[in-house]
Amino acid sequence: MANPIQEAIAKRAAQELEQGQIVNLGIGIPTLVANYVEHNHVYLHTENGMLGVEDVTEEDIDPNIVNAGKFAVGEAIGASYFDSAASFAMIRGGHVDVAILGVLQVDEQARIANWAVPGKNIIGVGGAMDLLVGARKVIVTTTHTSKDGKSKILKECNYPITSTRSVDTIITDLAVFKYIDGQLHLVELMPGADLKTVEANTEATFINSLK
Amino acid sequence: MKIYNSAEEALECVQSGQTIMVGGFGLVGGPLTLIDTLVELEVNDLTIISNNLGEQGKGLGKLLEQKKVKKAIGSYFTGNRDVGDAFQRGEIEIELLPQGTLAESIRAGGAGIAGYYTKTSFGTNLAKGKETKMFKGEEYVLEEALQADVAIIRAYKADTLGNLVYYKTARNFNPLMATAAKTVIVEVEEIVEAGELKSDEIATPHLFVDRVILAKKILTKEGVIEHG
Repeated sequence: MANPIQEAIAKRAAQELEQGQIVNLGIGIPTLVANYVEHNHVYLHTENGMLGVEDVTEEDIDPNIVNAGKFAVGEAIGASYFDSAASFAMIRGGHVDVAILGVLQVDEQARIANWAVPGKNIIGVGGAMDLLVGARKVIVTTTHTSKDGKSKILKECNYPITSTRSVDTIITDLAVFKYIDGQLHLVELMPGADLKTVEANTEATFINSLK
Repeated sequence: MKIYNSAEEALECVQSGQTIMVGGFGLVGGPLTLIDTLVELEVNDLTIISNNLGEQGKGLGKLLEQKKVKKAIGSYFTGNRDVGDAFQRGEIEIELLPQGTLAESIRAGGAGIAGYYTKTSFGTNLAKGKETKMFKGEEYVLEEALQADVAIIRAYKADTLGNLVYYKTARNFNPLMATAAKTVIVEVEEIVEAGELKSDEIATPHLFVDRVILAKKILTKEGVIEHG
């Protein structure tokens, strides 16, 4: 089960979405965003080949309807299925409005690292690189620091980057940043967070644009 | 197209050193019956093209455990730690591709396209050593098509001509792989008479399909079960 910190980040990310958008949710915190999206508000796309994802109750689970995280999902009214090439044509071709992704690191150029950790034996990239080049807007959701308390918002990613493309919005348990004209702007503090804590836990340089 | 009575008979054409495409996104849409038979075959040095390589000791993971895999081409081996371990020990080669590139390369392989340019992976470690080219002010990476000797895939139903329909998200890589291999072997839940599938709902026309068997393993809510 997700913890309250993850839920708070997901809830805030859901507020970024606009009526009628096509939205792709990554694995982890992004998947939770679906819980905060109003019915019929947006159309959820999953890269394994479905547009029109919705929640499913235990008794309605169909083992052949899953999302990219291989979790059972439901079929919304007007849903469609397609093969993997068509699914990534949607992504790469610029037909997906918003991608919400998890990250391991993000840097002050708003470039992200989320597919490889040096020295670790985990080999996988999935659809992350395609979503970065293709989605019109990219929102990343992450805890502000790693489990050992290190900032995940760095001057420069030291894990391999996922794309040279900068993301648009970063939402953590402490703050919301937007990347505008080549600089990170702190635009909002999350409930309970203060500026000092954000400054102490952010390695990247950012502009304070709090209102 | 020919209907075979068993996975064993349908797979007798597989030889050591061949390249095999395997459909599915994890268990969903995977040719579970054919995979379980493939791992029993006395073949080795296989190149496997598949999004995942099963789980530890399960599905395609068994093939890896038995050291029958020379090279794996796919996008997400994260679910099977044996893949990383085997790679570290130098036992297998790995070609990691973004999922969209994997799909498009298979599509290209079946469509007579030798290669194509994509923005995906430009400037990352996965583009190292690959040719790049600028189009309209943006950088693209040259990716080559993928083809195989044999594809093993899963569909929902086949008719007696070999026309295929798929089910929900069990479609994924299957229709693409059906176009990109010399011999295409399909397992289905049901075989019906030609004419019983609606013509405009057929996703894979029969010209792509060589061999069909009835699936013996079905994915249910409770997991994979034997059937029939």
